[in-house]
This record gives sequence, C-alpha cells and structure tokens, in this order.
Amino acid sequence: MTRLPKRPGERIDRAREIAFEFDGAPARGFEGDTIASALYASGRRVFSRSFKYHRPRGLLCCAGQCPNCLVSVDGDPGVRACTEPLREGMRVEHLNAIPSLDRDALSIVDVIGRPFTPPGFYYKTFKRPRRLWPLYERALRHAAGLGRAPTKRPERRWRTDYRRRHADVLIVGGGPAGLAAAARAAQLGADVVLADEGNELGGHLLHTAGTERARAMSQCARDAGVELIVPGSALGYFDGIVAVWERDTLHQIRAAQHVVATGTVEQPLIFAGNDLPGVMLSGGARRLVSLYALRPGNRAVIATTADRGLEAALELLEAGVEVVAVADLRADATGGAAEQLASRGVPLWRGVTVVEACGRRAVTGAVLAAVDATGRPLPGSERRLRCDLLVVSGGVTPAASLLLQAGARSDYDPSLGTLRVEQVPDGLYGAGEVAGLGGEEGIELSGALAGADAAHAAGFGDEGSRDRAEEERCRLGELRPPAAASAEPPSLAHGRGKCFACLCEDVTAKDIRTSIDEGYDSIELSKRYTTVTMGPCQGRMCQLASIRLMAAETGQDLTAVGATTARPPWSAVPLGALAGRPVEPAKRSAIHARHRELGGKVMWAGDWRRPYDYGDPQAEVVAVHEAAGLIDVSTLGKLMVRGPDAGAFLDRLYPNRLSNLKVGRIRYGVLNTDAGRIIDDGTVCRLDEESFYVTTTSTGAEAIEAWFAWWLADWRMKVTLTDVTQALAAVNVAGPNARKILEQLTSLDCSNDAFSYLDGKRAQVAGVPCLILRIGFVGECGYEIHYPVAYGEYLWDAVLEAGHDHGIRPFGLEPQRVLRLQKMHILVGQDTDSESDPFAAGMAWIVKLDKEGDFIGRWALEDFSGREPDLRLVGFELRDGNVPAEGAAVMGDRRTAFGRVTSSRVSPKLGHVIGLAWVPRECAGDGSEIEISDRGRRLTATVTTKPFYDPEGERLRS
Amino acid sequence: MSFVVLCPNCGAREVTDFEFGGELVTRSKERPSKRELSAYNYFRRNVAGVQHEWWYHRAGCRAWFVAERDTRTNVILSTRLPEADASAGPTVNARPPGGTPGVGSGTAA
Repeated sequence: MTRLPKRPGERIDRAREIAFEFDGAPARGFEGDTIASALYASGRRVFSRSFKYHRPRGLLCCAGQCPNCLVSVDGDPGVRACTEPLREGMRVEHLNAIPSLDRDALSIVDVIGRPFTPPGFYYKTFKRPRRLWPLYERALRHAAGLGRAPTKRPERRWRTDYRRRHADVLIVGGGPAGLAAAARAAQLGADVVLADEGNELGGHLLHTAGTERARAMSQCARDAGVELIVPGSALGYFDGIVAVWERDTLHQIRAAQHVVATGTVEQPLIFAGNDLPGVMLSGGARRLVSLYALRPGNRAVIATTADRGLEAALELLEAGVEVVAVADLRADATGGAAEQLASRGVPLWRGVTVVEACGRRAVTGAVLAAVDATGRPLPGSERRLRCDLLVVSGGVTPAASLLLQAGARSDYDPSLGTLRVEQVPDGLYGAGEVAGLGGEEGIELSGALAGADAAHAAGFGDEGSRDRAEEERCRLGELRPPAAASAEPPSLAHGRGKCFACLCEDVTAKDIRTSIDEGYDSIELSKRYTTVTMGPCQGRMCQLASIRLMAAETGQDLTAVGATTARPPWSAVPLGALAGRPVEPAKRSAIHARHRELGGKVMWAGDWRRPYDYGDPQAEVVAVHEAAGLIDVSTLGKLMVRGPDAGAFLDRLYPNRLSNLKVGRIRYGVLNTDAGRIIDDGTVCRLDEESFYVTTTSTGAEAIEAWFAWWLADWRMKVTLTDVTQALAAVNVAGPNARKILEQLTSLDCSNDAFSYLDGKRAQVAGVPCLILRIGFVGECGYEIHYPVAYGEYLWDAVLEAGHDHGIRPFGLEPQRVLRLQKMHILVGQDTDSESDPFAAGMAWIVKLDKEGDFIGRWALEDFSGREPDLRLVGFELRDGNVPAEGAAVMGDRRTAFGRVTSSRVSPKLGHVIGLAWVPRECAGDGSEIEISDRGRRLTATVTTKPFYDPEGERLRS
Repeated sequence: MSFVVLCPNCGAREVTDFEFGGELVTRSKERPSKRELSAYNYFRRNVAGVQHEWWYHRAGCRAWFVAERDTRTNVILSTRLPEADASAGPTVNARPPGGTPGVGSGTAA
C-alpha cells in the first residue's frame, strides 16, 4: 500500500527504510514508523486475536490505549505495536492465535463457545467430573491469554535501575497543558520534571495539525530548564512518589507539587460487531493519516457523539477517503465542522448512530439508525451502508488515574456526558482536558495557570507573578467553554451479535447484563465478576461504558452508579522494570580470591561470601590440633572506641569491667539489652589509656555500631566511635605450631611469657603493621592478626608460606565451628536467641553485678541472678554416632518437648558427637541424661557443662 | 509507606535511608521497680498523633537524632540532634524540598 503524499506533521522519514520480521516473514517500514503503522502500510488489518473468543482485532486507538495490537517483540510479550517504534531487525510475532492471525483454529470458540463461557464460567462450567479439572485447566489456559512469558530464562538484555528524584514540581503529560505548565513553573524558578508516555512531546497537537506548536512549546520548556522524561509512563501515585518508567530506568519522583495534564481517552461506541477490524476511533484514524501518511480505508462511515468525529471526517476527506455518511448522535450538531462537511457535500445525519457493523473478518458495512430517548433504534429508520472503515467516537473520559490514586473523586457529569474529576487534593493540580477544559486557548491557559499555582505553592514567584496568575484565572473563567459537548450514547445490550464493552477480556454488554441478573448489581461487584476494566487497558476503553451499561440495566441514575477504584499501574509495565536491577549484595573479604584459588567451598554467611571448608573439614580440624591452621576472620565487626570517657562508656555497655583493663590486655565481653538478653559478643583490647579496639560478631557488626552510637548519642560522653570493619583484614593462625610460624615473620618476642594468652600487641608481621590479639576461639594457641585490607592477600600468603614446613593449612568456617564447639564457645544467634540471658547461657562469670555504677541490662540481670532459669544451655555428648539435627527437640520430664539442640557436630579429635542444647534445669547438671527427639528417633545424650576439649584451657594458654 | 525524613546533618532523604529507633523513652537514673522495668523494656505508648522518636541515618551520616512525627500522617514535624536541648525547640524545621510541610508526605489522613 502506498503512502499519502507528504504530510506537514508526518513522523516518518521516507528516505530511511527499516527491515524487520513479522511472524517469520520479512517486512519493511520507514524510520519513524511504529510496528503497527508499518504493518498497516503493508496491508495487514488483523493485529491480534481476542482473549476469549479469538476474534480478529485490528487497530483501534493507535495511541497505546487499547489491547488490540498487543504483539511480542524479540520474545517479550505485551508490546503495543501502535506505539512501539520500529527498529532494524526486530522480530515481531502475534500472540494468542494458532496457527496464525489470519487462520486461528480457536476462533471456533466464538461460534460455539457462548453457552460454555458466560461471565464467571470457570465457576460454572468445566467443573464436572472434578478429576478432569486439571485437563480443562490446561486447555483453558492454553486457549486464553495475552501471550506467553518466556519459559527459558535468557540473559537479560536490559537492566532496570531505580532513580530517586526530588523535585519542586512534577508535570505528568506533555501535551499543550503540560508543556505550558512546565515552562511556567520552571520560569518562576522551580525545579521541574515532566514525564510523557508518548514518543514525542505534544500530545494531541501532533495529530491535529499542531506539530509546529508542539515543537515550539517543547523547546520553550527545554529552554526553561525542565527535565523531560520521554517516553516515560507515570505508573501510579504512591504516597507522594510518582513512579515513572522510562525504558531501563524506573524513576521514583517525589515532588512537592504535581500538575496532572494527562488529557482524555477517546471512547468507543457499543454496538453489534463493534470490535471488527476496520472499526477505528477517530483519534486512531487521524493518527494514521497525519503521523504515518496512511489512508486508513477507502469508504468511511463515521458515527460520533461530539465534534471530534466531524473533524476526523474532514481530515479523512482531505486524505482522499470517500466519506459515505456522518452520523452525529446530537440532534443539534452545528458549528464550523458541520458547515464544512455540508459544503463538501457529505451527508450529516443528526440524531443517528451506528447500531451494527457488518462483516465477518473485517468491516464491510454499517447499519445506522435513529434512536429514541432510551437509545433503542426506531423501527424503519435503519439504513445499511457499504464501507470498509467505520470511524467511531463516543466522547472522552478523563485520564485521571493519578489524580484519583492521590485521593480525588470522579463523578459522572451529565452536562459533559462523561466523568468529571473533583476534590483534587492539595499539592495536585489538574490542567487541560483532564480537568474538563476544551479549546486550544483554554487548555494552554489552564496549563500555564496550574504551573504558576504549583510553583507558587512550592515557594517560588513574587507579587508580579501572582497578579499575572490571578488575571489568567479570570480570563480562564470567562473563556471556559464546556469541553466539546457530547451526547449520551445508547448502551445497546440487546443488539444482534456481540456488543463488546471490554475488548481486553472479551466482556460483552450481555455479559454485564447477565452479571446484574445474577445479583452483581454494583459497579465494583460487576467488575470483579466479569473482569470488565481489569485487562491491559486498565479501564481506559471500558470504564465509562460499564458505568453506562450498569445505569441502563439497573435503572439507576448515571451519577449514582459511581466509578471503580483507580489503581496502579496506569500503563502495562514489565515485572522486570519493577523488580529493578537484580542486586544481591555480597560482601567479600580482601583475601577472597585466595579462598577460591585454594579450592574453598564458598557459601553465604549473612551478607558475606565465606569459605566453608577447603575440601576436607575433618583434616582441617586435625591440622589445627596437631600443626597449625589459618582462617580468614576479616568479617568480624571492628570498632575503635576512643576518648577520655572510652573506658567508662564500655563499662556502661558491658556487664563486666573494662575500664580497669590494662593496656595491651584483652577481655571477652557479652552485650545485653536492658531486658538482660544477649545481643552480641566479642573481645575488647585496650590499645592505650583512651583507646579500645572492640570486635563484634560478623553478622552483628552493623547493628552493634548502631547500638554503640545510639547510647553515645543519648549519654553524650567524650567518646568517638570509628567503624574500621571494612578497613582491616584479619586472620587467625592457630595450633601448636602457630608461635613458630609467627616468630618467622616478626621480630616481636612471641614466647609465652612475653606474649601470653589475652595479650594484644602491635607489631610488624612480614613488614605489615598489625595488631595481634592472642585469643583462643578455636581452643589452641592462636594469634588473631588484624591489618590494613590493602595487604589482605599479601599477609595471608606470607603466613601460609612461613607455615609450609610446619604443616599449616587453611581452614574454613565449618572446621572452625567444630573447634569452637569443642570449647563450648557459643555463637550468638545460633546458640542463643532473643530470650537468652547470660546466666541461663552458662556465662554467669561474665556478669559483674558487684561493679560500681549502672550498665545496660543491670536491673534485669540482678533479677535473673537470684532466679533459677527454666532452661539452661549445656553441652551434651552422644557416643552412638547419631548426630541430632540442629533444632531437634529436647524432651522434658513429662515427655513433652522442652528444650532444643542448637549445635551438634562430630568431633574428629574426640571421636564422638558433641553439641550444645537448651535443656530443662533439672537435667542441666553434669552427667544427667537427656532425651532428644530427632525426626522420629529418640536419642539419649549425656550432659556436660565443661568444655569437651581441654577443659582447663591449658593448650590455649601454652 | 513512603515519606521524607529530614536528617539534621544531611537534609531531606527518603525514609528508606533510615532506621526507626522507636519512641523516645527515658532510661531511669535510679533502679526501677519490676513493673517500671517491664514497662520500660516492653511497653510503648503507641499514640495516634505526634510523638518523639529516634531515627538513625544508616545509609547516610550514621547519626542518631530525634524526630517529631505525626503517626497518623507520617509527617515529620521537626528533627534535632540529641545534643540540642529539646526545650529550646526544634533545631531543624522539617520541610520537604521546596514545599509546605506535609505536602507529598505520607498518606492523606
């Protein structure tokens, strides 16, 4: 099909051809075409098959509003062909038709399916026999739908980023009202963002011979410094944030003021066969003509309820389309457009509308008729006309979703023949057609005024600008013509053939009547039952129609029917755009690459990626006992607490004394809440009079920093807190040969007398300045070396090399867990929970109630100290080889579950199973027997309260 | 839920930058009775209205500060660092960017 001669505002560039693929066949279009316009130019009229009945559907709105041109592009379903720009090489495929759009086997449903597919049919039919339901379900799911989500998970070609944007004024809608508002607000000094879902700014100007004006206004807004997001769909209003989706970015825009200039959505008419390809909205036909230089048909019949149908008729005439007749439902249609039509010799029939579109696969004719006051065709007035294009315009409805989500109301206004937005909340302004204005001057003026109001409310402007706004308000009041008046179209639920109210979900007018008959007689109930307004068009094409049908069928007044709730998203959006960038934050220590090279089995430990073992956890345990092991403990939280009050501050946080800690010495500490519950543990090393180096658990690092900072904020002591977790790496070299290894790397005297257990010393190790803490988490003589992350791998390598001849091997988290369990060192969060206190956890020695002054948890711990806890944390041993699961129940005396196992492992050193468990106090003594119920097994274990390995701590002190 | 919190150090930021620290409760100077201790540990007033509460700017300056928030509308009326004397009034008046207090903050009541 050839294009029309060059149009003044056309978007296509005829010099540049683009090749693409449709359903496997090559196709061509021009730069600037959409998929739909290129296919239309090549003669395609059927673009999709409908959801339920598989009826052929063609272009209707050409503006991304209706569901009729949904296709898949490069495998992604749900793309609107009429707005998606053509790209070289794109693979476009139809949805929901087998085998092809033109011959869809499932269209049989349209012919025979009616008795089986009433509204809510899935509750009514295909129910029996029940065992066949899975079969039915598969068939139904196969037959219905809007395409398939890709089943494979291909590498995502695009990624979505979130962007937070704070602005003074957000304008939604880039038509004349939005552009005027943006320019004005920005000129007054406000920081303005404008989002428009079209491919080009200008809104309806673009297809109504206003391209020049649109470009001038866009330039004006750009010059004023407005940030333009095009194309950017405003998806919804969420507590003051408007989400705007722009290809690979989801903007979350928080503005102090909002101007909503989203315009209107043209409505179809309801009549038999109103979904046939060839039935087109007046805006759709005009877009094809003016943007893509296409002739939408050869013989057109036009049925309208307002002026826009007449204007479309004139444009079609001018494009060389034969206009057979124009039916205007208004009995008193007059004005410029009507006169021009008369002068061109086009018959204009007043008080007449379309009652049927003829044709099976495309429009071949239309039946026009005069209708009575209730919308029924007057007998004998019917006239059948041959045509291949039926242009309809059933008035408009405001695209007010954002305003409504923000709290505005919409009510039916009989004088406008459509919904009117009312009670717009503070901070939002409607401008242009969405606010019920019409006429170019009024639309622009209302936009400029809304922009001024928004800027003023945001604190910009001066006396002069306010005066100007007041003048404009007066002028707008005088000017304000009612938006192009529209006659109330009849709701033909009784016509021959299917009269579609909702194209997305294939809901006919009859279905809505049926739902009312079945008792779903309010608009919200009918919506849920028939799913009208719930399809991809989000009610754009069907909300007003469903209100009219409801009113007509129930005899209610239109104003009394109400409207369904507006919910986000306003535009269809891929889930991937909402999910954002697939970010799983992972923390890796500075030594991480080495763990990989050494064959470490890297697993998650909180946010950290840590090696669980290096292939043989048992051998790693044995190495620590018999030679030496090296573990990366960089994940420990590390806090520097400095200042004259540092000692006093720690005394108030920990239940033991820290202010009397000697310089160069280390003490273990447990942190409690004021309720006396354990929240974390770690070591404290005094570096000098005013400095303490505090370590926390790996997972508690952030929370404990916040905990320290919180009390510091409250107490306001002379202390500074520095989190050095990310700045320092740490390794623990432990085992009988640890000392020999360390001695090779440092000039420090490492003898047991000079560097004893719980000493902390600063020294150079392999030339790196380090803080060495002699502690014994794993139960052997060990040195925890803390050093700058920059030397992470270097020092690790140096220690491994020095230890090579001493049998050193790296060990992971799992062997460390076995080693610490042998020493009965608890893991906070594993062996304790939010109810555990130090007394019940067997650490009464850590609580110094005799220390002077207050500390966090003191009062609760005083209460606990004089009380026997119900449960105690104790060790247990099992000699029959069974390893109870962590979490297994410990049975009480009445054979009910009472406690639980928190840790259990096989000890390769001891040769039997050891563990920690919360047990009833009466069996918490050494040698008591406890019964563990584990996945149906009953195990008997022996309680012990002393460490399983080296109970006197001789090895770690040696 | 979404609103803006005004950090006394950093300025207006989305609430997701912050950690909520709960109602401001006073820790007793003297040893409380068991009932008082239990109330201090476990009971909160949970008012429907304006309350003073702790906030922590985790994703920012990591400062703890005190905010005055209307729990019905999520409007933050004022924020101050704890160093500032509460009786001297708010150190910072909460004001979303460029707007009047409350606009764009929280849900409409």
